[in-house]
Amino acid sequence: MIHFTKYRKLYYIFSGVLTLISVFAIFKFGLKFGIEFTGGTLLELGFEKPVSNQEIKEKLAKFDLGEITIQPTEENTVILRFKQVSEETHQEILKELGNPQEKSFEAIGPTVGKELERKTIIAVLLALVVITFYIAFAFRKSSGRVSSFQYGLASLIALFHDVFIPIGIFACLGEFKNIEIDISFVAALLTILGFSVHDTIVVFDRIRENLTKQGKACFEEVVNLSLNQTLARSINTVLSVLLTVAAIYLFGGETLKTFAFALIIGIVSGAYSSIFIASPLLVSWQRSRS
Amino acid sequence: MTRNKSFLVLGIILALALAAGVFAYPKFFNQGIDFLNNKLAGKVTLPKVPDKPFKLGLDLQGGTHLLYQTDLTNIAVADRKNALAGLRDVIERRVNYFGVREPQVLVEESSQRLVIELAGIKDVTEAIKMIGETPFLEFKEQKPQEEVDKIMAKRKELEGKSFEDMQKITDWQLAFEEPFNPTQLTGRYLKKAELAFEPTTNKPVVSIEFNDEGSKLFEQLTEKNVGKPLAIYIDNELISAPTVQEKISGGKAQISGNFTLDEAKSLARNLNAGALPVPIKLISQETIGPSLGQVSLERSLKAGIIGFVLVIVFMIILYRLPGILASLALTIYIALVLSLFKAIPVTLTLAGIAGFILSIGMAVDANILIFARMREELKSGRSLALAVEQGFQRAWPSIRDSNANSIIVTLILFNFGAGFIKGFALTLMIGIILSLFSAIFITRNFLRLVESEKLARFKWLW
Repeated sequence: MIHFTKYRKLYYIFSGVLTLISVFAIFKFGLKFGIEFTGGTLLELGFEKPVSNQEIKEKLAKFDLGEITIQPTEENTVILRFKQVSEETHQEILKELGNPQEKSFEAIGPTVGKELERKTIIAVLLALVVITFYIAFAFRKSSGRVSSFQYGLASLIALFHDVFIPIGIFACLGEFKNIEIDISFVAALLTILGFSVHDTIVVFDRIRENLTKQGKACFEEVVNLSLNQTLARSINTVLSVLLTVAAIYLFGGETLKTFAFALIIGIVSGAYSSIFIASPLLVSWQRSRS
Repeated sequence: MTRNKSFLVLGIILALALAAGVFAYPKFFNQGIDFLNNKLAGKVTLPKVPDKPFKLGLDLQGGTHLLYQTDLTNIAVADRKNALAGLRDVIERRVNYFGVREPQVLVEESSQRLVIELAGIKDVTEAIKMIGETPFLEFKEQKPQEEVDKIMAKRKELEGKSFEDMQKITDWQLAFEEPFNPTQLTGRYLKKAELAFEPTTNKPVVSIEFNDEGSKLFEQLTEKNVGKPLAIYIDNELISAPTVQEKISGGKAQISGNFTLDEAKSLARNLNAGALPVPIKLISQETIGPSLGQVSLERSLKAGIIGFVLVIVFMIILYRLPGILASLALTIYIALVLSLFKAIPVTLTLAGIAGFILSIGMAVDANILIFARMREELKSGRSLALAVEQGFQRAWPSIRDSNANSIIVTLILFNFGAGFIKGFALTLMIGIILSLFSAIFITRNFLRLVESEKLARFKWLW
């Protein structure tokens, strides 16, 4: 049997440092939001023959487009980003560039973006609160040594960890790799919130069952026993989901790549926090109580 | 439950799954029917399964998503809901001219926005132009005589003066006021507009007809204003102000404003396509070319198939015989979900397919929990039959709680509103609910059938 909770202070420090680094990265680099949040235009064009970025920039110089970023993707295809333009300007730009094949065009107003930002924050906070209460409710009949609310609180802390780490990593990716946070990242974040609790629930459920079975055994031992008993299935449930997410990441095309990547980080971090944060926290609280 | 009952239940499930599979992917089945029909050579003709296509979102089939902000400041709060509904109807009529399949026009009441989705549209610019053209038709009546006199007198006073001189005169602004007051009668009540010609002068005019409500308003308005001018404004511009001769019933009127033939024609068309009851402004636009959509669709399908195969291999390696049964249940699950997507129908977006692929990985999670528990019970020396039952019973609370939790999160996601997330949340939610059915109910019945003493002897199978 692995004595999981023995080194719990080490896990706390490890996770604490990771979370702090993430928070630091978020404040230091800021988050690079996509145009869905900031408003602006994204134009994907397929040219018949290769064009240089310089050529495009020169042709577009006469329009008032703010800062233009040009990102070549596949063969003779580029993605242009600039500030929001009207439909007329959009057409003039196409004409100026020699009417290339327009693969996609997005022009999003700044108010729409602001709203999305607000909605995202509300949705994430709401999810955190609801999950905490749900777990407190689900474990309301747990035996008296740990209150059901502590189950909820332990998962909430683990969830914060699972949310901050992907955001921190994306802050770094935005800074160094120019990867933007788009709306699919929000979907990934919320899915992580839902999924990373799965393992926590499995362990907690086992703790509850063992507590009723084992009567007066030491709480820490019960937690350890439960962690050991559920370890294989915790890993396997995460692996089965990771397999599908990896398939999306590798084969699902460019659009889903960031989404799948965010999910991979979050799911791994969620599996870690279920075992090394949520359950050890119960032990720490129970000890400080007695 | 006895074995016989399990046989029966499984028979029903398999029949259901087969039907679902044929409905989701009828190609092979219909080929078989073709073959049989050929063989029978006209004696009996067997019916084919209708090949209802999946409903694909704009990002997969190409198209345009337009978001408009409406301006309701001039409409009383109580009337806003109606005005928005009217706006939707009008836009719908306009959009129907574009000849795209199933155009979507939705009103978001809370944000007072209008969403238009045009799948597979060729000329987006033309579409935006036609939607945005807002011949905003209004009828106005003259202000009380003394006010009109004042305005007219002031105008006379100012005549021929420079702008600076004008400003020296008291109440000079009055001269720029319109001598007309707005009425309730607007383009909202229009039934149709037509190009016509004035019989005497042969000049092009636009004849209009009101709906019932509009006819009543027009009747009251003309009755009230006999002998006075009634002004017709289009887009806040005075077009003409004919004097009312008598009360007009029947809801017919004519706009004659020195039009050229083309002007009259386009005005009639635009009024006909619907005068917008409220002004709108394009605030965001998203267009996806058809080729990009096709590529996205192919890639996501490929990812789905690979993900599915990986999960099956993983389950069989880990859990052997139960793993095979879980894979069968997963296949049934996929047939059920796909047929449900078709039947509801769920609009499949790239995000939606991603949600579905993710749900394949999550669907077996319940099985993993059950099988792991089963093994544990077997190790502690229980018989196979008991271990199976215990596995399901003991794993259930955590399966219930974790899935309930996921459903709560998908509900939050779904209410988020934005397109990408909505599609993802919906397919994920359908996936989670159906996967509970397949992972627990279907797998359980499969297991009951194979848990014989004969098979129990082969320990490596479990």
